[in-house]
Amino acid sequence: MSERNFSFSTDEKPVGVIGAGSFGTVIANMIAQNRSVLLYARNADVVKHINEKKENRGYAIHPNVQALNDLATLADQCDVIFPIVPSSHFRAMMQQLAPYLHPYHMLIHGTKGFDITLPEGETVESVEKLDRSRVKTMSEVIQEESVAVRIGCLAGPNLSKELAMRQPAATVVASHFQEVIQTGKKLLKSDRFQVYENNDIVGVEIAGVLKNIIAIASGALSGLGFGDNAKGLLISRGAVEMVYLGRALGGDLKAFLGVAGIGDLVTTCNSPKSRNFTVGYRLAKGEKLNDIIADMKEVAEGINTVRIAKKCADTYKVRALITDRLYRVLFEGLNIEEALEFLMRFPLNMDIDFI
Amino acid sequence: MEILEEKKNKNKKYKPILEGIPNWPVYQLSKNRKEFIEEVTHQSIERIRELRPSNKQLLDDLQATAYREQNRIKRNRWRVDPKDDSAFWSKIKNELVELSTRNPDELTEAINQLLGKIVHRYASEIAGNFKPSSYRFAREAVKFWFARLLNGARVKKFGAFFRNRYTLRDKIHIVGKVKLLRKLARKGTVVMVPTHFSNLDSILVGWIIHEMGLPAFIYGAGLNLFNIKIMAYFMNSLGAYKVDRRKKNLPYLETLKMYSNLAIQKGAHSLFFPGGTRSRSGMIEKQLKLGLLSTAVEAQRTCYNAEGEQRKIFVVPVTLNYHFVLEAPELIEDYLSIKGQDRYFPENDKYGSFQLIRFMIKFFGNRSNISVSIGPALDVLGNYVDEEGNSLDAHNRIINTKDYFISSGELTIDRQREDEYTRMLSQRIVAEYHKINRVFASHLVSFIAFEMWQKKYHQLDLFNLLRLPEEELELDYQEFRTTFKRVRKQVYLMKEQGKINFASHLKGKSDLVINSGIDNVGVFHLNRPLLKNKQGNIVTKDLSLLYYYHNRLAGYSLEQFI
Repeated sequence: MSERNFSFSTDEKPVGVIGAGSFGTVIANMIAQNRSVLLYARNADVVKHINEKKENRGYAIHPNVQALNDLATLADQCDVIFPIVPSSHFRAMMQQLAPYLHPYHMLIHGTKGFDITLPEGETVESVEKLDRSRVKTMSEVIQEESVAVRIGCLAGPNLSKELAMRQPAATVVASHFQEVIQTGKKLLKSDRFQVYENNDIVGVEIAGVLKNIIAIASGALSGLGFGDNAKGLLISRGAVEMVYLGRALGGDLKAFLGVAGIGDLVTTCNSPKSRNFTVGYRLAKGEKLNDIIADMKEVAEGINTVRIAKKCADTYKVRALITDRLYRVLFEGLNIEEALEFLMRFPLNMDIDFI
Repeated sequence: MEILEEKKNKNKKYKPILEGIPNWPVYQLSKNRKEFIEEVTHQSIERIRELRPSNKQLLDDLQATAYREQNRIKRNRWRVDPKDDSAFWSKIKNELVELSTRNPDELTEAINQLLGKIVHRYASEIAGNFKPSSYRFAREAVKFWFARLLNGARVKKFGAFFRNRYTLRDKIHIVGKVKLLRKLARKGTVVMVPTHFSNLDSILVGWIIHEMGLPAFIYGAGLNLFNIKIMAYFMNSLGAYKVDRRKKNLPYLETLKMYSNLAIQKGAHSLFFPGGTRSRSGMIEKQLKLGLLSTAVEAQRTCYNAEGEQRKIFVVPVTLNYHFVLEAPELIEDYLSIKGQDRYFPENDKYGSFQLIRFMIKFFGNRSNISVSIGPALDVLGNYVDEEGNSLDAHNRIINTKDYFISSGELTIDRQREDEYTRMLSQRIVAEYHKINRVFASHLVSFIAFEMWQKKYHQLDLFNLLRLPEEELELDYQEFRTTFKRVRKQVYLMKEQGKINFASHLKGKSDLVINSGIDNVGVFHLNRPLLKNKQGNIVTKDLSLLYYYHNRLAGYSLEQFI
């Protein structure tokens, strides 16, 4: 289908971005290069700051971006909305937004985390089983909470800092709807930003979420002072683990081999700019998890993902050694050196057995 | 033995919602049959040209069509096939050969003409032939003879044959959202999508539509049914159009879809079996055929695009619940051989008019009841619909269905989007099937017995299990009874959660319910799927058949309670 079919008849309509964290801000700036943007921030002071100072989290704000604090106006003015908020707030945000949404709205989210619903009084650890009825991707949350059906997601190696500097990068827009993919492409694509298409949205989402686990482990390896052999080992075995877990959760193999899978994995595992990498690095340097979390400005999704992925691996009986050891390091006080020793001694032989 | 009667049927007789057949959309369609066929032909050609814009592509398709049609005539001929089938297709084939000699400027016109011939033939073949006189006659005949059979067989007294103590309504229970359906049928166009287990479904469904006071529906029935003369007569008069599953070529499929699409657009209430064919395994359909279903979505979009009244389309899932499926042995054999060895078995109906009548007599003499569950109405996206015809979201907020077809403020045609909508709708229909499915005692005992054997021989796969000699299989009654109670409790619980439904006869003393289940399951088969032996233990005479009836409850994760 040619792109012309999706030409905009309402070019003047602004595009909405929900969430003024680093990634949300950068995405808003990118879209602002050819469309006006409404950027929603939960906090009224932040809105004021953005509009007055034209600055947020160290990023200059494009003149086409206007911040606001009102979801009703945002939904009313924008047909296309990019929700980019941490996974732990995502459902609550959708519940607030839902009354203003209509089936013609297009939602393309950029959140890499899972949503979990637990029975009253239970925790991820105490609940007996954690299966897909309790673990949802963000696109599924959107569908559950609202009438929106034209849903897509953004995933890929997209470190906010590098995007803001207009360094070359790529992303994947995944959706069941060609219309959504083409719209996302049109809004984001630039001479420094390539956009790929994928129609396995759940696979792409899961790949983006699971890679954060490996990123923490990679940070830990660096923190211990190990070099590139170790990292190569971790990334390749981590990718295999992602495939197994991802398939148990309903993703297709292909998504894991693409930009949102391997691409994102390699980036985050090598980057001190990544929050998840930083968590692992500081752990290896001997800091306590709680101190690290308290010290970070933004959420490192990987920490929660480790808890969820470990429980899912147990429920679906998938062998996920890295996730399992990392869980023990993070939450059960296992020494990083011990975890590494265990992984190195584990008798494994087959390299690749899923293709 | 104490008889467990179904709770006395409270269904009162429903008044027809539209007086006078001339007002029925289906009658309007058949009165203008010729014009309608022309319209279907015309629009199908347009659509096919849209899908195959280049002459080369279209020619490839037409050649494949002619080739396959001639093959079909050679290999798989049916009684209903027109006499001139062979002549027609050889002529088409010759014309296709001649086309290659045409010069390019005439080619497009010549291909279109040829396509027109094919499509027109298909449209005429598909089109139903509803006649009010024979509809009335068929309706009365069904009622009269069914009543005679019922009373004659049930009340064992001289002269009982002419009494009217039992009516069909005692035999066939209609439960669920009948009132809603009747209301919505006045407000918009209904597309009914039942599960499909037996060839009897087509007639049964025709009867229940009348019984609910609804005007006749147009409905898609497998052409194979028209091989049976007595069926053909009833189907024709009930407004059926013909679906030939042997024809998988592009012109045929597009014509069929266009027929359904235009009929729905014209406001004719429609019915088709979205599973496409009878469930071979006995399981509730999990995967629906999206072809005909997509016509509901497309018709809805076209209606929204029309000027004036914008009729809304309501999709109503229906499950048909039987103790007994006449053709179960052949169905399950098909299923197992396909699943087991990837072998293909051509469809082959062993039932003629005689077998059908004999079955009817048996059926009406027996206590074996049928129940039909009418599901909640959905819009074409699968949202629930209230009595006013409003679509509702999960929080009961009203949704404007038209918005699904709007992009940047305008109604747009996007086939990929609509394919996706169709897929979403199909998933919603499947989910509703599982919720409104009514568990009978016979389903539950079959399920439990089979699963108990499966557990006992857990090291065997399905095919090895089915190969075990039936004499070796015996379940201790006490053990069976305990399991039955446990699983039944679970079914109760699931009903409370809205995940399933069950017939009222499932409640009551477990011994009685088990007995009634065993007595009813597959009661007319030569080899009974379940029996009690002299010691009172549970045995089977045909494990494959038991597997078939067991499958009715597959997909609810009830295995874990065995």
